[in-house]
Formats: sequence, structure tokens, C-alpha cells
Amino acid sequence: MSWAFLRDLLSGVNKYSTGIGRIWVAVVFLFRLLLYVAAAENIWKHEHDEFECNIKQPGCENVCFDHFFPVSHIRFWALQLIMVSTPSLLVVFHVAYRENREKHHNQKLYKNPGKIDGGLLCTYLISLILKTGLEIFFLVLFYKLYNGFKIPRLVKCDIKPCPNTVDCYISKPTEKMIFLYFLVAASCLCIVLNLSELSYLMFKYSTKCYLKRHVNKQQ
Amino acid sequence: MDWGALQDVLGGVNKHSTSIGKIWLTVLFIFRIMILVVAAETVWGDEQDDFVCNTLQPGCKNVCYDHFFPISHIRLWALQLIFVSTPALLVAMHVAYTRNEKKRRFRNGEKIDIEELKNKRLHIRGPLWWTYTSSIFFRIIFEAVFMYVFYYMYDGFQMPRLVKCDAWPCPNTVDCFVSRPTEKTTFTIFMLAVSGICMMLNLAELCYLVIKVCTKESGK
Repeated sequence: MSWAFLRDLLSGVNKYSTGIGRIWVAVVFLFRLLLYVAAAENIWKHEHDEFECNIKQPGCENVCFDHFFPVSHIRFWALQLIMVSTPSLLVVFHVAYRENREKHHNQKLYKNPGKIDGGLLCTYLISLILKTGLEIFFLVLFYKLYNGFKIPRLVKCDIKPCPNTVDCYISKPTEKMIFLYFLVAASCLCIVLNLSELSYLMFKYSTKCYLKRHVNKQQ
Repeated sequence: MDWGALQDVLGGVNKHSTSIGKIWLTVLFIFRIMILVVAAETVWGDEQDDFVCNTLQPGCKNVCYDHFFPISHIRLWALQLIFVSTPALLVAMHVAYTRNEKKRRFRNGEKIDIEELKNKRLHIRGPLWWTYTSSIFFRIIFEAVFMYVFYYMYDGFQMPRLVKCDAWPCPNTVDCFVSRPTEKTTFTIFMLAVSGICMMLNLAELCYLVIKVCTKESGK
């Protein structure tokens, strides 16, 4: 069980998406998933071993690391990627449900089970809202947890059993910050794409509804 | 999940590329991605562990390493590869859009051969020419930018054996030794050379496309 599962899921979702949805899949795939696996994971690999405090007191380093990194950045992003990709499953399930229904009744109930209209449109819009909500939630949580989008070179720690205030040094802070900004920017881009897709769909279907009603009135 | 997935994406674009484009893709995969995965990652794997400074002061090594290597060479190359591969997506999207349009017209009743639609290679003309040419243009820009950033960040393309560091909390100027400098320099020069070759291929492809269109126009 690895990231390949997420990749297959995203490729499956691609089939039932709008144009903007496909761009979202490409962004998530290239700029977040691939970057995470190919680059970011290795930077954070030995973060605990390389975290060094200016003290010989046993246990002090452990306690300070735990205090400043309650959840490691890399695990946080993995969680974010998984949560943000999951609402797309709703659409896949709904299409599967439609196809199943057609098979069960042995007749063509829908012009095209994969076309975004009626109930599937609602599911699609809900999945978009959930995706956007989750992205914003994770960004805000990260900001609150780490006091901003920065990684300091030095942190001062005075938790027991550290005897006094102790200087602790984080490894590769600059490189970590570069990738942090990159992933935050990709996250913001995904939010923008989701919001534009949402407005595009709402605009398209409300004009369709309005025109239909107008035509009916004229008749 | 690794670079293989990128290969699937780019492999799809290969069908609609020119011959030079196909050569570029082969060079990219064999000489850059494969070398990066197979060789460079093992060479740079222990870079911070084996970065040794002539001091017992805790924290000095971390700070000096961070100062001299703001971003590791391999991460920079991984970023370069991702950025350089991205413009090909524009072409893939354009092809998918054209196919979708044809499918829509078929559904509306026009006579189009479905098998031909699925497998036929789209010729690079009209709007696709513009998309393809701009994707090559962006590739060249990204390659050049990354090569310049590399040169600027590391003061050239050579990995020094010894760096002198006096960032706080190092007490005075401290000697720090980089691990495997010669091997790293060899790989750096190799990746630089392949990057240069890719840029030349892109320039050649760009010239070929422009000349093709100009001769067609003058032929008319």
C-alpha cells in the first residue's frame, strides 16, 4: 500500500472531471505528490537524528524535539494530501451507483452515467466544497501549530529535564523552508482551481436552468 | 510511486511529438531521471551525516551545512526535472481537448471514424502548433533559469573539498569538510552536460517548427 493507490484514484477521477478538474488533478499529481515523494520525504528523513541541542543532559533533546514538532511537517502534508484527494471518491461512487442501477434494471436510465447533471452535479459540487474546506483547514492548522510558515534555524527550549534555557538547532532549515513555501503555494493554487471550478459549474447550470425555464414560459 | 508515473504522463505526449521531441524525451528519461534515481541519490544520500566540521560545538555543523547548502543538488535537479516536464502537459491537454471535441461532434451525428480518432497521431499544425511551440519555449526558459540558479547558488559547478564557516554558534572560523566532493563534481558536470544537450535539442526543435511553418507559408 503506497502512494500508487492515490495515483490510480486520481487517474480514475480524471475521467469524470471538468477541464478545470483535470488541471487540478495534474497540479496535485505533479506539484504535490511527485514533489513530496521525490524530494520532500528525503529532506525530513533524519530530522530527529540531526536535531542537535547544546547540552549533554539525556532526554533533553527528545523532549525539546517533541515540543517543537508535535506532528512532523512531512506527516502533516501526507495527511493533507490524502484528505484532500478523498472527496473525489464521492463522484466515483455516485457514477458506479448509476451504472449499477442501469445494470440492475437492465435498461438505459441515464443518457450518459458519467455526465455531470442532476444528482451527480450535487455530488460533484459537494466534493468541491469539501476539498476546498479541507485545504483551508489544513493551511490554517499548520499556521497555528508552527506559528506561521517559517522554520527557524535555532529554537530555545527550557522544558524539564533541560536544566536551563538550551539552544537547539534544526537541520536544513533553509531547504525545508523552500519546500514549505512550494507546497503552500501549490495548496493555494488548488484552492483557486477548486473555487473557479465551483463558480464555473454553478454559472453554467444556472444559465441552463434559466434558459430552459424561459423556453418553457414562451411555449 | 516515483518517477515512473511521470513517465506514463510524458509517454502519452510522445505520440504527438516531432522526432527531435522523441529524442529529447529519451535523453530526459535515460540520462537524467534514471541517473538521478540510480546514482545521484546514493552519492548525495549521506551528505549531512558525513559533513564533518573541525569543532565539538553542538549546532555548528547544522548551521554551517545549512549555510553552504541552502538546497541540496539532488533536490534542485528533481525540481528542475518536474518543471521541465510540465510544459508537455499543455500539449497533452490540448490533444485531449481536440479529441473530446471530435467525440462530441461524432455524438451529434457527424461521421467520424472512432478507431481513427483513438489511435491517430495529431499533426502539429494550427492551434496545436502554437501550444507545442510555447511548451518548447517554456522548457528552454526553465532549463536556463535552473542552470543559472545552480551556478549562482553554488558559485560555479564545482564541489569544494573544504569550506570555511564562521556562522554563529561556531566559535571562530571553522573548517568543514564535504563528503565525496570529486564524485559529486563528476555528477554535477554530467547533469549539466545533459541539461545543455536537452536545451540544444529544444532549440533545434523550435527552429525546425518555425522553418516548417515559414516554408509552408511561402510555398502557398
